[in-house]
Amino acid sequence: MFSLTRLQRYYLYYTGCFLAFVLALAVLEQHGMPPRWIGYAFLFFTISMYAVIGVASRTSDVSEYYVAGRRVPAFFNGMATGADWMSAASFIGLAGTLYLSGYQGLAFVIGWTGGFVLVALLLAPYLRRFGEYTIPDFLSARYGGNAIRIVAVVAAILASFVYVVAQIYGVGVITSRFVSLQFEIGVFVGLAGILVCSFLGGMRAVTWTQVAQYVILIVAYITPVAILSWNVTGNPVPQLVYGHVLKEVGRLEDKLFDMPAEVEVRKLYRERADLYAEKIMQLPNSLILEREQISSQINDLKASDTQMKDIVALEKLRREMPHDPDEARARWEESMYTALDRAKPPIHHAEAFPGQDEEQKLAARINFLALIFCLTVGTAALPHVLARYYTTPTVSQARESVFWSLLFILALYITAPAYAVFAKYEIFSHLVEIPIAKLPGWVAAWTKIGLVSIEDINRDGILQLAELSLNPDVIVLATPEIAGMPYVVSGLVAAGALAAALSTADGLLLTITSAVSHDIYYRIIRPDASTQFRLVISKSMLLVVAVLAATVAAQKPGSILSMVSWAFSIAGSAFFPALVLGIFWPRATRAGALAGMLVGLLLSIYYILRVEFDGIPLLGISGLHMAPWFYVHSTSAGVFGVFAGFVTIVVVSLLTKPEPATERFLSAIRQGKHGGGR
Amino acid sequence: MPDSDLFWRKQRRLTLLLFILWLLLTFVMNWFAPELNELTVFEFPLGFYMGAQGLLIIYLAIIWYYNRRMRQLEAEYGRADE
Repeated sequence: MFSLTRLQRYYLYYTGCFLAFVLALAVLEQHGMPPRWIGYAFLFFTISMYAVIGVASRTSDVSEYYVAGRRVPAFFNGMATGADWMSAASFIGLAGTLYLSGYQGLAFVIGWTGGFVLVALLLAPYLRRFGEYTIPDFLSARYGGNAIRIVAVVAAILASFVYVVAQIYGVGVITSRFVSLQFEIGVFVGLAGILVCSFLGGMRAVTWTQVAQYVILIVAYITPVAILSWNVTGNPVPQLVYGHVLKEVGRLEDKLFDMPAEVEVRKLYRERADLYAEKIMQLPNSLILEREQISSQINDLKASDTQMKDIVALEKLRREMPHDPDEARARWEESMYTALDRAKPPIHHAEAFPGQDEEQKLAARINFLALIFCLTVGTAALPHVLARYYTTPTVSQARESVFWSLLFILALYITAPAYAVFAKYEIFSHLVEIPIAKLPGWVAAWTKIGLVSIEDINRDGILQLAELSLNPDVIVLATPEIAGMPYVVSGLVAAGALAAALSTADGLLLTITSAVSHDIYYRIIRPDASTQFRLVISKSMLLVVAVLAATVAAQKPGSILSMVSWAFSIAGSAFFPALVLGIFWPRATRAGALAGMLVGLLLSIYYILRVEFDGIPLLGISGLHMAPWFYVHSTSAGVFGVFAGFVTIVVVSLLTKPEPATERFLSAIRQGKHGGGR
Repeated sequence: MPDSDLFWRKQRRLTLLLFILWLLLTFVMNWFAPELNELTVFEFPLGFYMGAQGLLIIYLAIIWYYNRRMRQLEAEYGRADE
């Protein structure tokens, strides 16, 4: 019927090997292997697999190091792009976001897949026909000059570094959860896992490891939801049957949302939010008053003969109070927003653009489309993904590999909404409205880590929906436990999440280091550097950047997930207009592109800063905050950046003289006659 | 020269048509999601279904069709690459 290539056979053996390993662990677990050892086994087995592939593909050839020798077949490049593309955010965060925000979360699914249509139609074939090593290479060849290369390098590093920190952070979270390593140690274990692939073999090793990582991550993603689907509906293909479950969820929602206890709980949260608002209004007096109250309570207790324990608890409370009005404002505002969030009436899962009035509905609708726009354009502009299309042997293979990329990515994105619906069904039917004393064990386990919180605000001893708050990450990580599956499934999920984070981090690190070593050092500073020395620079940069990223990640920067969506806006507004107009509009000039990239980049950063932050303490700036334009959230800043980028390039190009050299470049990348590269 | 011009023109027209289709589906259709949700397919509200599955499959089909047409164009104009 069809014969397999050698590579396909290898990866088939590898997949069989991995499945056998999982089954063996499942059997061992039945015979009493402790969960902790299962976690270790998964960590050790997968990372050593990656290491073996990494060492086997070590190379000291420049073309192998940067673009895997341009020998990656379309099918495998698609798989590698899938793993490169799907990060810890997709693997862990997406299903949880869909659980929490229902239809609104689909913007991620649509945006992250729709972007590949843009890659296929507008970019991949042209980049491959051009055939150099990096995205700055392309821009500088099209427009000429080093200025544009430097702007491109800065934007590429800015977007990729933020992103890589998020991945390494994810690695730390996973290792500390599942094999109980200390978070900081987990970060550096993950770093070792990343470096074994990219350090020795560059793009070549990263490619073949990413293929291996794709296999693990997709098996790990689909297994728990397939088991869940089998348990609930008797059909193991969740994507086909969850329409029915969605209807059931709708029925449960109708029943739950208007129960008197739920309404009461939401009212209590609203009152709490009002209380905090009042306290914030009366700062600093309210803070002084509160401290006095506690002090007098302590004194009263000391005067009476209460237990020491109670006094110590109160004193601890006093110690932990905000020290000054600014800190009090920040903390109380956070508590107020948490309470407000819980006071909101819940939304139906399938309802598009929910809101209490027409204005809110319009804002939801605009933000949904704006987010889709930024994610698609960002997808088509993130340098680590685009660079993958340099690695195929031919232009038509580059086109084919976009198809395979989307197919392999789709396998996960089509499952995520089903995941969310099944998890919601489990939680609505088995968790809500039962006595808190009878909650299953996983609730306590995840409460301890801080990803689940429950509070019996109305003191009826029963868990109301509004009293339960879930961190989005918990849905994927805890579903095996929620559905009572054996621990080996949890271990598998952890291994999959690790594979997703490591593979993306590999691709990003390589992008950053090649931007520095190839674009800055080789192209600008020392064009006469020997190939040997270029690789030495590249490898030492890799170490520096990796350690830097791990150090930042070990600080546990808070808003890491929104930082990832900012990376999309930044990359989209810096690269997309210049790339697309560069390919399709001969009249675009160097000055136009340079101006457009700068305007797009700066406008995005400006919008993010002013909408998201009130001031930058480091620079002593404050009072920055402004109202968003057209209700658009800062995560979608790219809408303005991309638009401004396009307009600027067009206007400035028309004002400057046309450049005759572009004709030759364009006919080379469009026709493939004069041979743009190798 | 006119031959290669024709090749590029056809490629550009194909790209433009598919791009417009993508634009309409992604932005215009999703704008009307609440209205689509009134309809039901495979027990899903249609708007939700399109976002969760339908659109993704259409995206894949767009890329598949583009690749197929490009292969034909390349064969027609003798551009079998490398």
